[in-house]
Amino acid sequence: MKHFRLEVRVTPRPGLLDPQGKAIHHSLNSLGWTGVHDVRVGKAIYLDLEAESEEAAVGEADAMCRKLLANPVTEDFEVSVVGVLEGAGS
Amino acid sequence: MKVAVVTFPGSNCDYDLYKAAQQVGADASFVWHRESGLTDFDAILLPGGFSYGDYLRPGAIARMSPVMEDVVQFAERGGPVLGICNGFQVLCEAGLLPGALVRNDSLKFRSHDVRLRVERTDTLFTSDYEQGQVLRIPIAHGDGNFEADEETLQALESDGRVVFRYVDQDGEATDRSNPNGSWHNIAGIVNERGNVLGMMPHPERAMEEILGSTDGVGLFTSMVASLTPSHSNP
Repeated sequence: MKHFRLEVRVTPRPGLLDPQGKAIHHSLNSLGWTGVHDVRVGKAIYLDLEAESEEAAVGEADAMCRKLLANPVTEDFEVSVVGVLEGAGS
Repeated sequence: MKVAVVTFPGSNCDYDLYKAAQQVGADASFVWHRESGLTDFDAILLPGGFSYGDYLRPGAIARMSPVMEDVVQFAERGGPVLGICNGFQVLCEAGLLPGALVRNDSLKFRSHDVRLRVERTDTLFTSDYEQGQVLRIPIAHGDGNFEADEETLQALESDGRVVFRYVDQDGEATDRSNPNGSWHNIAGIVNERGNVLGMMPHPERAMEEILGSTDGVGLFTSMVASLTPSHSNP
């Protein structure tokens, strides 16, 4: 078994109003960053988990997203492996 | 009529709901979210509040509570389920109602009275109201902005499943009267079968004249009327 560190990014679906992103966008513009055309705010969730393989780890995280971590009505998600710790914690 | 008021960690309108149910003659009891076996009840009420601190998304963790399996089964058998505010968010997360409630477009927590128009009186929750009646009922939420995909929203409208809409004093659904950015000023919806109602405003806080409005009473008397033996149809 290996330990994987995964990053799950959950973001508001395109087209859905993102009031936080809008407020930040407005603030950046008024601070002089007028080249910013859009801001979307999501969240990053870090998971440390044990799995047989990278594919298995990603598969599990994917299932977690569908069940709990993201709401398919309003959010998209993306899972990526950001670290591998071989044989750790055994 | 026996009603269950489900309490999650972080619920804060459970006692108000309990009192509202008692006021209209229902036999109310609290059910802790870890309990199961809700078979004894004629209706289930999910209160407002901030279950699990609104962590992850409002209602997302509460929806995984053991009691929710029973709530889902109860609803699927046609049992009446009412979710108010956080209760509405839990019902959406549980898939008993379509759509989701996201951050208010103003980014502000809104706590004040709103006007609601009764869009349907042929539900078991609204039979004591008049069609088009304008109610004054408080809201108190930061995430009440009702969103869904286009297809779902169109279906809600064409099937007449929007039960309450935010309106102005004249009963017009305007942008100004919309406190949170909800699509088409939607404040409350029912499921296809009509036995599950979710709404953001708090009828349980509009039960006594001394608190500013009694417009919430009709919702609870409607439920009692539809569930008392002389009216019920198996």
